[in-house]
Amino acid sequence: MSGNPQQEAELALSVQGLTVIGRPSDVEIISDITLTVRRGEICGLVGESGSGKTTLGLSLLAHCKRATEVAAGSVEVAGTDLAGLSEAGVRRLRGRAIAYIPQSPASALNPALRLRTQLTEALHSWNEEEQGGKADRVREVLREVALPDDDAFLARYPHQLSGGQQQRVAIAMAFADRPDVIVMDEPTTGLDVTTQAHVLETIRHRTRQHGTAGVYISHDMAVVADLADDIAVMYRGEVVERGKAAEVLADPEHEYTRRLLRAVPLLKTTGHAEPEDDGGEPLLQISGLQAGYGSTTVLHGIDVQVRRGECVALLGESGSGKTTLSRSVAGLHTQFSGGLLLDGEQLATSSYRRTAEQRRRVQYIFQNPYEALNPRKRVRDLVLAPYTHLMGRPEDPDAVVHEALERAALPASYAARFPDQLSGGERQRINIARAIATRPDLLICDEITSALDVSVQAEIVKLLRALQDDGMALLFVTHNIALVSNIAQKVAVLNKGEIVEYGPVGEVMSAPEHDYTRSLIADTPDFELSFGESPMHQGTQAPEKAAGQ
Amino acid sequence: MSTATAAAAAPESAAPPRRPGLLRTAWRYHRTKIGVVLTAAVLLVAVIGPFVSPYSPTAMAGTPNATGIDGALFGTDNVGRDVFSRFLHGGYTLVAIAVLSALAGVAAGAVVGIVAGYLRNWADELLMRTNDMLLAFPQLVLALLLLSILGPRVWLIVVIIAVSHANRVARVVREATLKVVEQDFIKSAEAIGVPRWRIMATEILPNITSPLLVELGLRITYSVGTIATLSFLGMGLQPPTADWGLMINEGRVAITVQPWAVVLPVAAVAVLTIGANLITDGLSRASIGIDRGVEK
Repeated sequence: MSGNPQQEAELALSVQGLTVIGRPSDVEIISDITLTVRRGEICGLVGESGSGKTTLGLSLLAHCKRATEVAAGSVEVAGTDLAGLSEAGVRRLRGRAIAYIPQSPASALNPALRLRTQLTEALHSWNEEEQGGKADRVREVLREVALPDDDAFLARYPHQLSGGQQQRVAIAMAFADRPDVIVMDEPTTGLDVTTQAHVLETIRHRTRQHGTAGVYISHDMAVVADLADDIAVMYRGEVVERGKAAEVLADPEHEYTRRLLRAVPLLKTTGHAEPEDDGGEPLLQISGLQAGYGSTTVLHGIDVQVRRGECVALLGESGSGKTTLSRSVAGLHTQFSGGLLLDGEQLATSSYRRTAEQRRRVQYIFQNPYEALNPRKRVRDLVLAPYTHLMGRPEDPDAVVHEALERAALPASYAARFPDQLSGGERQRINIARAIATRPDLLICDEITSALDVSVQAEIVKLLRALQDDGMALLFVTHNIALVSNIAQKVAVLNKGEIVEYGPVGEVMSAPEHDYTRSLIADTPDFELSFGESPMHQGTQAPEKAAGQ
Repeated sequence: MSTATAAAAAPESAAPPRRPGLLRTAWRYHRTKIGVVLTAAVLLVAVIGPFVSPYSPTAMAGTPNATGIDGALFGTDNVGRDVFSRFLHGGYTLVAIAVLSALAGVAAGAVVGIVAGYLRNWADELLMRTNDMLLAFPQLVLALLLLSILGPRVWLIVVIIAVSHANRVARVVREATLKVVEQDFIKSAEAIGVPRWRIMATEILPNITSPLLVELGLRITYSVGTIATLSFLGMGLQPPTADWGLMINEGRVAITVQPWAVVLPVAAVAVLTIGANLITDGLSRASIGIDRGVEK
């Protein structure tokens, strides 16, 4: 790789021994990073949250977050060393030599500016005489990202676009001035799989065609495996492994890389053993359920059954109505009609009109662990709250808390902590502990892993599966089709408020009947592990063998 | 405000190290420390003053508007009372009314704001539109109107100032509440059927303490200003009570021969205002996390 002058010339980005420290504690946020990217190639930067990926990404643009600074090392972009540049020099460089695509397109685009203005702003150093009119370039760059280029579209505001379109506008802005290097910070994290597939395709195509070097930051191995030529794995501020994508994926050297790879859920499993059909009434029976907001109906004729000890997945993209359905079951969304039976008894629409026993038996776990815990309460009080409210003051509160924490695989000492002393994964475990403290029969999990890193997600899934083995029924709401095959026995695919496919996971995944399901499966990045068995995968394959499929 | 610092010094019992709370973070700023010193100095004068004053505030100490008399440090006022004694006595009522009305106003505003922000139904509309109507009335004109009808009474002053604070606090608290109620832990409490009033008291209130503290500081400052103004206009405390606002009014005629009767109360009010503002500023900086830096 090194020593070849031909390749040296093609280097668009070269980072040598970069160290960034935080003030006032002098903590090294990233230490001694060395990284090179050639033109037309994409380097995937993988690591969990807090590993320093974004700090590295921003330092490539000669930007440091508040109270951080570069302590050592150099960054060279297309032959220019960023360290020696003045404020004005850096500004000239940004956009033209190096561009940035942020994680959240909604907050990256100025909501008060029309697309035409935003895109033209990105061409601040564009020379109209040499390179042609700015207006032409704006239209051209929109065509490049497969968006309309007519005046009506250019006159729109960002809020009039979908999430995927917004992200493609952000990509268009970044590519507008034909930069040498482009830094992408988890640009698809907030998007559903179909949109993600479009966006990844756009990025791949743009970098190849323009000979732009890309740095793609992500925590998801599956996406990076799909897109990158090189992979650099970051762990606690250091690059622990670097090499060709195929080599890293096939033969990971570092233990952490292996752990990341194992955490990626397998897309296709043949499903799980069906629990014995006891012939009795299902625990939860939803029949002909309609729900809406005001005069708009978002759910039509929903029929779903959940038996004891069974996990039913609700699969659908954002806006498909899956959260409305799960909230209706929990009594948080009250505008619905139709059958909602718990053990044969109709549940009231509002949780306030249900009996304490009914509320105890159905517990809800929320999507975002950072928002679902009151930051001013200790873990002990958080876990105890539903118990004391629904079942009265326990004789031995500590025993209740300890047992719940233990079932959620947390040490009992966490009871004294506040939520902000915990990581995202730990907070989600607290949420689970709080929900299972009352020993419910049905657990509603609303996208509970979507805000977490893939490696943490794998642990949460393992925990949920253990709970299910104890006889708890799960209604697992998700947009991630790969997760479905790793946890659920049955899956209901929701599209535009209707269930388009419903059946055992094995059948749906191997022979999807509806077009929508098929496109979902096709759009999900997938890769097979070529080494060892992962614990997550073993769990799904054991019952499959037992079922003799 | 001195109670706030006392709470900050209380040890935390959490076993693992935790990011210091709002009050502790605020205490790190020099401005907060200076503010606390200034405020404490004025409060000390107001509270301890009456016990150490050399004369009674209404007793004659010498000829009117005289300076440099033996035994009267800052001379005498327009009717011959000791200026220093009146200064020491005059802060107590002002500070007490200011703190009382600010506390009452912030408490009432918090209740209105939380209820409106959380329920978001007709109650929200009713409370906030009534609020808007009251806001449209100039604070001082309203106070003068009511005081001239009902006569200047201490409880009335407290009520009027508290009500005019409550409107403004309610607006701020409602906005803060809206941010909190969007979060899932509120829905989590609703899902298990926790009564609404308990959600407001135990889930929402602890999460809006930062803006509330900042508001409290600000409102105390505004109260001091309003009370001093009312006294100056003759609608506050009535002579011969010793009061800083009243002293300014009584002393202004003879300001060239006896400046102390005006300078002392003006300086006290100014120092108190600046001190309270510095504390408030420190609190608000701490609550939005300016200059937090990187800790590990």
